[in-house]
Amino acid sequence: MDQFKKRACTNALMFTLTGLSCLISVAVLFLILGYIGYHGLSSLSWSFLTHLPAPVGETGGGIANSIVGSIKIIGLAAVMGIPVGVLGGVYLSEFGRKSRLGFMIRYCADVLNGVPSIVMGIVAYTLIVLPMKHFSALAGSVALAIIMIPMVLRNTEEFVRLVPSNIREAALGLGVPQWKVIIRIVLPTASRGIITGIILGVSRIAGETAPLIFTAFGNRFWDHGWMSPMSSLPLSIYNYAISPYEDWHRQAWAAALILIAVVLAGNITARSLVKRHRGTTH
Amino acid sequence: MSQTATLTEATPVRPLRIYSLKERAGDRRFRWLLLGFGLTVIVLAIVMGVVLYLASRKTWSQFGLSFLGSSVWNPVEDIYGALPFIYGTLVSSALALLIAIPLGVGSAIFLAEMAPPAISSSIAFLIELLAAIPSVVIGLMGIFLLVPAMRAIEPFLIRYLGFLPFFRGQPYGVGMLTAGIILSIMVLPYITSVSRDVILSVPKPLKEAALGLGATHWEMVRLVILPYARSGIAGSIFLALGRALGETMAVTMVIGNTPKIALSLLDPAYSMSAVIANEFAEATSDKYVSALIAIGLVLFGITILVTAVAHGMIYRMGPKKVRRGSV
Amino acid sequence: MKRSLSTLAVAAAFVVSLIPAAKADTTLNGAGATFPYPIYSKWFDEYHKMHPNVAINYQSIGSGGGIRQVTAKTVDFGASDGPMSDEQLSKVDGKLLHIPTVLGAVVIIYNAPGVAELKLDGPTIAGIFQGKIAKWNDPAIAALNPGVALPDSQITVVHRADGSGTSYCFTDYLTKVSEDWSKSIGKGTSVNWPVGLGGKGNEGVASLVKQTPGSIGYTELIYALQNNISFASVKNAAGKLVTASLDSVSAAAAAAAKNMPADYRVSITNAAGENAYPISTFTWLLVYQNNPGSNGKILQDFLKWMVEKGETMAPSLNYAPLPKNVQSMVRKTIQTIK
Repeated sequence: MDQFKKRACTNALMFTLTGLSCLISVAVLFLILGYIGYHGLSSLSWSFLTHLPAPVGETGGGIANSIVGSIKIIGLAAVMGIPVGVLGGVYLSEFGRKSRLGFMIRYCADVLNGVPSIVMGIVAYTLIVLPMKHFSALAGSVALAIIMIPMVLRNTEEFVRLVPSNIREAALGLGVPQWKVIIRIVLPTASRGIITGIILGVSRIAGETAPLIFTAFGNRFWDHGWMSPMSSLPLSIYNYAISPYEDWHRQAWAAALILIAVVLAGNITARSLVKRHRGTTH
Repeated sequence: MSQTATLTEATPVRPLRIYSLKERAGDRRFRWLLLGFGLTVIVLAIVMGVVLYLASRKTWSQFGLSFLGSSVWNPVEDIYGALPFIYGTLVSSALALLIAIPLGVGSAIFLAEMAPPAISSSIAFLIELLAAIPSVVIGLMGIFLLVPAMRAIEPFLIRYLGFLPFFRGQPYGVGMLTAGIILSIMVLPYITSVSRDVILSVPKPLKEAALGLGATHWEMVRLVILPYARSGIAGSIFLALGRALGETMAVTMVIGNTPKIALSLLDPAYSMSAVIANEFAEATSDKYVSALIAIGLVLFGITILVTAVAHGMIYRMGPKKVRRGSV
Repeated sequence: MKRSLSTLAVAAAFVVSLIPAAKADTTLNGAGATFPYPIYSKWFDEYHKMHPNVAINYQSIGSGGGIRQVTAKTVDFGASDGPMSDEQLSKVDGKLLHIPTVLGAVVIIYNAPGVAELKLDGPTIAGIFQGKIAKWNDPAIAALNPGVALPDSQITVVHRADGSGTSYCFTDYLTKVSEDWSKSIGKGTSVNWPVGLGGKGNEGVASLVKQTPGSIGYTELIYALQNNISFASVKNAAGKLVTASLDSVSAAAAAAAKNMPADYRVSITNAAGENAYPISTFTWLLVYQNNPGSNGKILQDFLKWMVEKGETMAPSLNYAPLPKNVQSMVRKTIQTIK
């Protein structure tokens, strides 16, 4: 009986500990969200969202150019990254399931997924900023696109694979050419999953700062097109956070709130799309 | 019998007329098009490695491999060594794993074994949201919440644990330990979610066999689940390590940005990605830039290695366990 | 899927159209010193108000960055408070002018609870930043501050993590007042700091010192004033304790102004003069003599405005305007910019 009590105690103890770990993890999330929500909300205002930054040391001003800049840089990166990622993923799932080439592509995508984003920034700086002789939003977008492509690629592959093969075979059996089968039948069926991957990719690059530091550079005014430096939300947050000015700190909180709201909205939308698509997975 | 014999003798054997097995031109062109897009990732990976190497040639020709072992970082005299940054990156990542592994695997076990399925997926989802929070926002929390907290806690660490060489020095607030804690927040979700998936995939008969033999729930976890899921969990740890090694913004905001190697965790340090972020835009001499890019190359190489090991381990559990690269 | 894509496109177009059309026709990009960032950002803002079609975008990434980016021509002009060396200038393709803009002071900021006023001299400062003077109540500091209750705690040194003209000025001063420093560490925009935490930009150092009790660092005067951080008075070459101010900085420039070299690269640290503040410096805009397109005209116009109007704004942010004779020299140099 004593042995059993000891084992039962250990059982209860271990499960309490694991439950505690879970609690801590979730608590950290709520702490972060709550803190940002509290500090950020108090600094949000309409003028904050629509004005340009004020000169250094003066209070007031806003981050309008950072918001627009972020939208533009991410937009361009998405325009570059989505087609490459989606079509590459389609190749992997339709033609590359067992081939050596498919394996290489998959491996390189996984490798790229693990590379730190600052390395992408270095490459974009060397290949685009230096030859062009100026910092530009284009360079920043390229760096972000490189981050986005492998994510979208692997995600697309996974979801297109899930399309049941009998649908494909039925269409092929009816004489539909393979390219038509893919475009008109397979892709629409997998569309929800593909969109999920795109949303997740965009959410991820929305928060990236490091690759933009020496590519898009930052701009205290409205930008002058894709070939000029452009401001963006994460860059502004970083610059304001490490400054000594209280007013800039407040603005950093508000900007962080906006950024986190966008990123989390993207993630939650993406996951809810997938949940309905997949039904019960676990 | 004879009829069929006559039939087969009379009619010459012809190959079955299957509708053209050759690829049609349209399909072939489409396949080449898709292949082109797929090959971009291979091209990107190669280009990255080549660019990093070519741009850092000066450093390698000047210092050779001793660049990795030297701890002198002197921009005035153009003498560079990557050791302080490699040390900082490795130690902060190790600290992060030290904190995140028990919490992560523990949460995974709880979610997979104890919690009812509905709560399990909701909480797992919440923990995954933690991974989505941008690094710069976590860094913001670090500067204004964690660093002052550490500044308050560190004097106690120095007083009570100061006999260990790891807890000596001043309560700066910023430093290696703070960086380790912040990194652990960022890698925790990876360990939790992958481990949870892996634990959920342990076959039921195995689990029931152990329970049937009289094991308590925890003993079943310890004796059946963990050994079975060992390689998947190890894979998740490597995935987390890969993420920790490359994390830039949050680390540079709390690590103290000092290229020194110190035993104490309370001392400021520097990591590979942090030094690139801080000093790249303004490295004044070519050798300086080359040294920073060389550090980038080292970072590139290390993360490739770690990611490859991670995926290898997770693949061993069965291909379905590989998470989308999106997490 | 088609329908949702097209609605998305319409929504995006709608959002983009809402963006106010207040864009500048021309943008000039500059980067460099954080030291004069407050006054530069004020100037560029004012200039933009007067000329709405010109936006001068300045990113404060440190003097080292300014020198590097303007040499690589990835920005249209640079800014630095450490003058470029001959070696650095030899790497430039074209003629790069140093245009002095304002004078500023590098002050020793500190965060020591209970210490309202701190007096320091050159050798002591060198000792602190070398780590040789490690505690606040060290005899060397106590000797300079009789009667002040110095805390019995460690000094946390804060220096620049990035390439900085402020560091250049500070280390230039230290090499003049401490032979030990000059031999072991030297001067530069980025040196091998023996101890301390690294902050990014003047902003980062100010931020760290403000938040870390027991810390000491160095920044431009305005960062200390704007953030209510205490700073020390320093003994100058004449042996007098001087607090950084418009007058003491102008006094430091007085001697050098009389013999200003044509390329304006001059150091005014540890200057002679009763009231000179010893850690003062000019700060320069790095401008090419020949600029592509209309950049030259815009730069010339801005610099003219700077000498006429901009200089008058400097005192309000506690930067000292250029001495009168330097201003007339600068007016002539500006004419050569194309």
